[in-house]
Amino acid sequence: MPDTLLVSTRKGLFTYDRTGDSLALTDSAFLGDPVTIALCDPRDGTTYAGLNLGHFGCKLHRRDPGGAWREVAAPAYPEKPADAPVVRDPMRGEEVPWKVQQLWALAPDHSRPGGLWCGTIPGGLFHSSDRGETWTLNMPLWNLPERAQWGGGGYDWPGIHSVVTHPSHPERVMVAISTGGAWRSDDGGETWRVSSQGMRAEYMPPGQEYDPIVQDAHLMMACPAQPDALWVQHHNGIFRSVNGGAEWTEVTTAQPSAFGFAVAVHPANPEVAWFAPAIKDERRIPVDGRVVVSRTRDGGRTFDVLTEGLPQAHAYHLIYRHCLVVSEDAAHPQLAMGSTTGSLWTSADEGERWTRISADLPPIYALSWAKG
Amino acid sequence: MPLVRFTPSLQRHVSTPDVQVDGQTVRDALSQIFLATPTLKSYLVDEQGALRKHVTVFVDGTPVRDRTTLSDALQPDSDIDVMQALSGG
Repeated sequence: MPDTLLVSTRKGLFTYDRTGDSLALTDSAFLGDPVTIALCDPRDGTTYAGLNLGHFGCKLHRRDPGGAWREVAAPAYPEKPADAPVVRDPMRGEEVPWKVQQLWALAPDHSRPGGLWCGTIPGGLFHSSDRGETWTLNMPLWNLPERAQWGGGGYDWPGIHSVVTHPSHPERVMVAISTGGAWRSDDGGETWRVSSQGMRAEYMPPGQEYDPIVQDAHLMMACPAQPDALWVQHHNGIFRSVNGGAEWTEVTTAQPSAFGFAVAVHPANPEVAWFAPAIKDERRIPVDGRVVVSRTRDGGRTFDVLTEGLPQAHAYHLIYRHCLVVSEDAAHPQLAMGSTTGSLWTSADEGERWTRISADLPPIYALSWAKG
Repeated sequence: MPLVRFTPSLQRHVSTPDVQVDGQTVRDALSQIFLATPTLKSYLVDEQGALRKHVTVFVDGTPVRDRTTLSDALQPDSDIDVMQALSGG
């Protein structure tokens, strides 16, 4: 059973620890500062927190087990070469800057101890071999000619929000981009190939809907027990792959809507996944003002709409992409969900019943379970 | 020798007392300070060396014009104020 939940919010990082059957807030850090992502590395217990200071830029802090937080290097672009090609956002025509604007995804690099990947806005993937002391931009991905087709989603610039790695396949790295589809490397990031064939973008002009590079994947997750089994919550739907992203199939049965940001996949059963549906595009509120979680247990053929313990009237919580998470305890998976309105819920029975842990947190940007 | 002062809001991130440094330009002055306090650099300028969007620098009461290469000239008795712009929250 996981012991600790990291809650990244607009106004700090909050740590909840399990006491009996409930979670209690045991630590707060970076109060007042936006924390966009946090990770407790399961290999060594090191915790990382990515900050986005309003005036002073993106920062990365690290806490060793039993230690105190300490600032380490944040991913940063190299000096832009004078002859570097100008890449413009395809929708707005503005040049994509070589400047990190948000740390958006952290994942272990299982090929080496202390190895980390970090996905960022505006679309750079960074690697550290030394637990965040130094970072290097992954140039093969950044130099892809196809990057010129990546566009901004909810943010002005494209961003890598999903970095999927697995201990059994240390050389495999998958990323998903809003908007830029999904990409896969089988050589530790030396080469990349697009891996979002089958996704459909209904917002594109006729004839371009199935272009794999324009897909607005909101989040991509793999089943820990079967890493070839992937789910994507996409801007206009839910997609599933059973072959490591080679092909994707649209799931059209989700209720009450197919729009959302988050997806969580059962640690042992790739047929089971949870979603946090909402009304799409510029509205982004729960359908009918009811906060629900939708769950499939049969690979997307059918969905349950789960409501017990969740507000069912005039509730306008939005669940961001990193805010619906499940622990990797296959026997007793623990769900947690956090909202833009500062509510935090957990469920110990696969979503049947939810308990609100807090209604008073700042807007929640990301959740992460960790071993205590 | 020009005097450089820093916004108090920086202090909880990086300790930055007032300091006098030589320099013909804002870039010269800040570069010397960054050598002494490397951590400060990423708080004030981005990866390409430009002032961060929400940081501003005044020289003798006037905002610098060159935010990209920080080439605004200094006088021997200039006062340089490193400020946060009114943004964030």
